Amino acid sequence: MLRWIRQQLGFDPPHQSDTRTVYVANRFPEHGHYIPQRFADNRIISSKYTIWNFVPKNLFEQFRRIANFYFLIIFLVQLMIDTPTSPVTSGLPLLFVITVTAIKQGYEDWLRHKADNEVNGAPVFVVRSGSLVQTRSKNIRVGDIVRVAKDETFPADLVLLSSDRADGTCHITTASLDGETNLKTHFSVPETSVCQSVSQLEALQAVVECQQPEADLYRFVGRVTVTQHGEEIVRPLGPENLLLRGARLKNTKEIFGVAVYTGMESKMALNYKCKSQKRSAVEKSMNTFLIIYLVILLSEAVLSTILKYAWQSEEEWNEPFYNQKTEQERNSSPILQFISDFLAFLVLYNFIIPISLYVTVEMQKFLGSFFIGWDLDLYHEESNQKAQVNTSDLNEELGQVEYLFTDKTGTLTENEMQFRECSINGIKYREMNGKLVPEGMTGDSPGGSSPQLMSEELLFLKAVSLCHTVQISYNQSESWLGGDPFSHTNSFSFSHMEYYAASPDEKALVEATRRIGVAFTGCSGDTMEINTFGKTEKYKLLHVLEFDPNRRRMSVILETPSGGKMLFTKGAESAVLPFTTTGEIEKTRLHVDEFALKGLRTLVVACRHFSPKEYIDVDKRLMSARTALQRREEKLQQAFAHIENNLHLLGATGVEDKLQDKVPETIEVLRRAGIKIWVLTGDKHETAVSVSLSCGHFHRTMNILELLQQRSDNECAEQLRRLARRIKEDHVIQHGLVVDGASLSLALREHEKLFMEVCKNCSAVLCCRMAPLQKAKVVRLLKTSPEKPITLAVGDGANDVSMIQEAHVGIGIMGKEGRQAVRNSDYAIARFKFLAKLLLVHGHFYYIRIATLVQYFFYKNVCFITPQFLYQFFCLFSQQTLYDSVYLTLYNICFTSLPILVYSLFEQLVHPDILQAKPSLYRDISKNSLLSFRTFLYWTVLGFTHAFVFFFGSYLLMGEDTSLMSNGQMFGNWTFGTLVFTVMVITVTLKLALETQFWTWMNHFVTWGSIAFYFIFSLFYGGIIWPFLHTQDMYFVFVQLLSCGSAWFAIVIIVITCLFPEVMKKVLYRHLCPTSTQKSQSLSAPQAQALSCVESLCCYQHGQSGCSRLARLLEQMTGQCKASVNNCHTSSRSNRSWSDTENFYSNDRTILTLSPIEASRC
Amino acid sequence: MMASSYKDEDGHITVSGSGAAAGAGGGSLRSKKPENTAFKQQRLPAWQPILTAGTVLPAFFIIGLMFIPIGIGLYVTSNNIKEFEVDYTGVEMSSPCFTCSQNFSWNSTKPCTCSVPFHLDQPYESNVFMYYGLSNFYQNHRRYVKSRDDSQLNGNEESLRKPSKECEPYAKHNNKPIAPCGAIANSMFNDSLELIYIDPNGTKVQIPLTATGIAWWTDKHVKFRNPGAENTNLTVVFQGTTRPVNWRRPVFQLDSDPDNNGFINEDFIVWMRTAALPTFRKLYRIIQRRSNVHPTLPRGNYSLEVVYNYPVRSFEGRKRMILSTISWMGGKNPFLGIAYVSVGSVCFLLGVLLLIIHHKYGNRNNAAEISH
Repeated sequence: MLRWIRQQLGFDPPHQSDTRTVYVANRFPEHGHYIPQRFADNRIISSKYTIWNFVPKNLFEQFRRIANFYFLIIFLVQLMIDTPTSPVTSGLPLLFVITVTAIKQGYEDWLRHKADNEVNGAPVFVVRSGSLVQTRSKNIRVGDIVRVAKDETFPADLVLLSSDRADGTCHITTASLDGETNLKTHFSVPETSVCQSVSQLEALQAVVECQQPEADLYRFVGRVTVTQHGEEIVRPLGPENLLLRGARLKNTKEIFGVAVYTGMESKMALNYKCKSQKRSAVEKSMNTFLIIYLVILLSEAVLSTILKYAWQSEEEWNEPFYNQKTEQERNSSPILQFISDFLAFLVLYNFIIPISLYVTVEMQKFLGSFFIGWDLDLYHEESNQKAQVNTSDLNEELGQVEYLFTDKTGTLTENEMQFRECSINGIKYREMNGKLVPEGMTGDSPGGSSPQLMSEELLFLKAVSLCHTVQISYNQSESWLGGDPFSHTNSFSFSHMEYYAASPDEKALVEATRRIGVAFTGCSGDTMEINTFGKTEKYKLLHVLEFDPNRRRMSVILETPSGGKMLFTKGAESAVLPFTTTGEIEKTRLHVDEFALKGLRTLVVACRHFSPKEYIDVDKRLMSARTALQRREEKLQQAFAHIENNLHLLGATGVEDKLQDKVPETIEVLRRAGIKIWVLTGDKHETAVSVSLSCGHFHRTMNILELLQQRSDNECAEQLRRLARRIKEDHVIQHGLVVDGASLSLALREHEKLFMEVCKNCSAVLCCRMAPLQKAKVVRLLKTSPEKPITLAVGDGANDVSMIQEAHVGIGIMGKEGRQAVRNSDYAIARFKFLAKLLLVHGHFYYIRIATLVQYFFYKNVCFITPQFLYQFFCLFSQQTLYDSVYLTLYNICFTSLPILVYSLFEQLVHPDILQAKPSLYRDISKNSLLSFRTFLYWTVLGFTHAFVFFFGSYLLMGEDTSLMSNGQMFGNWTFGTLVFTVMVITVTLKLALETQFWTWMNHFVTWGSIAFYFIFSLFYGGIIWPFLHTQDMYFVFVQLLSCGSAWFAIVIIVITCLFPEVMKKVLYRHLCPTSTQKSQSLSAPQAQALSCVESLCCYQHGQSGCSRLARLLEQMTGQCKASVNNCHTSSRSNRSWSDTENFYSNDRTILTLSPIEASRC
Repeated sequence: MMASSYKDEDGHITVSGSGAAAGAGGGSLRSKKPENTAFKQQRLPAWQPILTAGTVLPAFFIIGLMFIPIGIGLYVTSNNIKEFEVDYTGVEMSSPCFTCSQNFSWNSTKPCTCSVPFHLDQPYESNVFMYYGLSNFYQNHRRYVKSRDDSQLNGNEESLRKPSKECEPYAKHNNKPIAPCGAIANSMFNDSLELIYIDPNGTKVQIPLTATGIAWWTDKHVKFRNPGAENTNLTVVFQGTTRPVNWRRPVFQLDSDPDNNGFINEDFIVWMRTAALPTFRKLYRIIQRRSNVHPTLPRGNYSLEVVYNYPVRSFEGRKRMILSTISWMGGKNPFLGIAYVSVGSVCFLLGVLLLIIHHKYGNRNNAAEISH
């Protein structure tokens, strides 16, 4: 017990070694030294709190936020010193804020608890004392043998002992870990795989040694020692032996595995990490504004304190006969008095920093983000995916994007590979109707049916169909599963097979060879089977040299049916060609470049024959590297490098990656929205350029600048300077820049400024051959450049994660390359084309909403507190409040909170269709323009002006010290304050009403409802002698105020005086210098659709279909803006005319790039 | 988070098996398609007003045309109100109350009286309201405003014995609780004013002053209550308390009328409603109109008889007596009338300006609007 406590407190760290030893079934050795190791239990804890620590922990977390802390301080000051307002006024809002947040977090945590319990309590079967026992998942201990049945998920990280198959393999999918949906085969060591029953397992004596838990999903180093008949057999264990928690068993009836990592030590749990905190530009400017207001607050407090003492220096004001101080007040030290006065003023004015701003902003973001997920236009029917919001904090940032970094494969393209061409032995072939046709020949030669393939071709095809890690799934019926697939392969046609592969290229290639006639039909244990034109050949699979991104190739070593040992290698041309010694190397290289130019993804295939002696050496090297416990990767790399050498080149393949739907249009639209687009890809230069051209990122008229294959710093600088000069010389043409990874790292190392200069002058930039980290580096470079542009990164693969995390906004594409990008992204969408709506519509909406929200909050609090400040000049700076405490408290919580919240959820300045049709509107809000210092100043000054009008309006009415009531009775100070307050609530609410462009029934409800609520509440509040309040200041004050006609007249006139200049200003601005946003507001929805049709005619390839409305409206439009249409015509240099749609079908993208000249003028 | 995330993924496994696999898992595939409702698609029907010269023109003209007559009406109403003010502080040597103001002492037992003659140029026809006005008196000082105990004033016996600490330093005197406690009550205005009409033939007629109806009805009947049951002897009820230091009489001797005595004395209630600004007036008496034939106050000479108790010179204050008639909108206050007329005319002028803009720029703007 004591030890346990010490361990928990961290005094006594548990025994730590590099490896952990797991005794299978916890059969510890009876003799010998055995140090009991402590492992975590299999409980997953994702929740943050428990019932006991929720309150303190949550409060601590909340008060770490600077704003909450500020209000806490104010509250404490109120508690400590004699302040003008009761602690309730700031305590209650704070309590409200804290409670709301706590409830939200508590609810989320409760959900996590529930999910945890569900997971921890899931039934599992464990082998204990010779029989299968059902228990709960959380009870699994390290060393337990767990049975998992088909389609179940693994409850802990298990080392596979045996499956129901004879070879001890099983198939799993890791979709919930990394999103890869392909089947993966995992293996057990032969010594354990025989133990297929509980009784056999009972007899098993084995010890697993493995490394301590680590987060890398794809790394596992260990070994198993099986004691059989008194002798110990040691076998290496790798990731292929480990079944990860969260993965799912497929195609296998049941498996047994021994738990090695449990609970929070499992790889899945270790991979759980908090999202990085990104803050939006709006939040940053909000904080700046807060600081400005803090300064205003402090200076008001200082000013008031000084003035107070100036007044107090005269006895007659300090302590007139009617208003004596208490003894205590008289005796307190002047310094303390001064400080407490200052603090009291601070408290009095503290409402100028709106506490509810944070709550409202948070609620707005949280609730508002639902609209993204709900949007049908962002829903992808085929994959049944809707947009997904991972971070709602960045909604408004979507409206601020200036630079877009996009991945190519899977983002711009489908990542759906189609085999197109290949080069075999220096001859180019293309696939036609399931046949390989050499270049220059037509596919339909009459005798084509007979497969007259040359031996090189056959070898090439065999290599392609054997060198891969593709899995086969038989989806015929359940009966196939579990049995040996080999027994059936001959009897059914291949169409029942479905290939699963980690890499879509491999899948495309294997499918292609099947079409041509060399079909991969199965793989069982160490045998691969192919069907060559009806003839079945079995190859013994000796080794797989797995693919890794550094080597950029993979190999298999096979034993051919004739008994020879052969190596097939497949990989990127740069990774294979240097190691080839024979074959048509030069011709193939040419062909590869040609393929790349066509936008095909290329792979090179090579082979090597081993003599028996060579093979023995190879086998030994591989075995020793694989069983090494230390530095295994390094040793494997060395072995691989040794083996993959002296290759014979067989040929190359070209696989096409189809562009996603509407990619060129989306790129064009985004570009017109003022967003600079950079494509960052790992692909090779030629492929990247050709895809860039086909997706409209580059176009033919662009002057393409190249910064490629720079080897030294100087060379690179020289080239950069040359490019900069070229840009200066011909500034009319648009420029595109192509950079490769190596040159980029040189350019970034020394010549960042020069490089940035060149980049900024290029309208399109393409970076190829980029490593994942380099992508992030590029993003960071732009992000930290002096202009501090807002960047957005979009990608679909694990290699884009770093870039997604680096950019201000990271967007994941739910593609085929797993879900890592989606997990780490802020938003996830199914298709690249959705980006247009996400940015142009949602971004725009969120930005204008939050911008107004923030400004309005400051405005309404300036309005609120300035009269209070002014009142001090009339009450000897005695800190008398103008409003009653309840009004002080409820102003931000009740009276003015809902309209702005509803506004910030539903406001639309411009119809979404118009926003999409006119991307240039996006520029209106770029650079955080709605939160510029000018607008901030406008709102602040407006707030002060209105406050002056409220105060002095009421002053003129009542300060003349005449009666307002028809019975001659008089009002007091509370009535005065209530009048100011009433006027204020109405004006502030109506001011928002003036700002509102989009009046749904909810806006009406909350706007008029808020005012009505204020009246009803005040009537109620003033209508009762409240039993627990010690003053009844407000008793019937409101009723008396409303019962006199003058007050009503005064309210009307003050409200109108405040608002009519606003109306006037809006009208004048709209007429004299309208923004393009304002111009497009006057378009109605159907016109907007028509407009988008027109736009699509201009730029899209829709043709005339679906634009029936156009004909009608075209007439109307051309009639009314003939001049501007003419304008359009001339500006597009007669390329662009409404009727000639054929023109736009052409591949010529000139028209697109000219479009920034704007169709918006019409 | 972690635990729940598997479930998210489960959906994908069935879905993303692409092609043939989707057929097998098709049954369990649940669509994530968002609902096509106006709310979720942000297409709620909405009124989208656009402020253009054309749309706001009528509003400006209507405001202009409505406010100007209203303003004139208010101004005329305010102008018809007769108001007379006389300052009786006694600062100047010539002033009749000069001696009283000089020789002030809280302890003096003999009241100082003075009479201030004045002349009314016009007869006051309807009810006339008599106010006293103080200036430079900060009833809105925080220490002052809070120095009261509303529960004591509401007749709470416990608070009567144990006044709230807010009343300090006017809570206890000689260890006896003060009733009513606090600075406000302590400093209650205690001059008494009387009006005497001097007939043209020289006879002096005292004008009858009504002391009730000067406080809010709700104050008198709900907020302020005497302790003890109805109609009990106030002297008994207030036994054990002491009068405020500055008072000459205890609270139960404020008036002989039991309905206007103690806490529900209307002079007291009026005083307890603290004024918003340092210069204020409070209703003192009402001069009821007696007959339809004679004006309430005919034109002529009057004399204001003051029992000068209240010192204001220590804080440079002034004391005034105001006579005023009242309209439906209260006393004389030209502000509303002027404000309405000026805002109305500015609106009207801006309306004209907008009309010009509308004509000049409106067409261009309409081009964009296509048709409306």
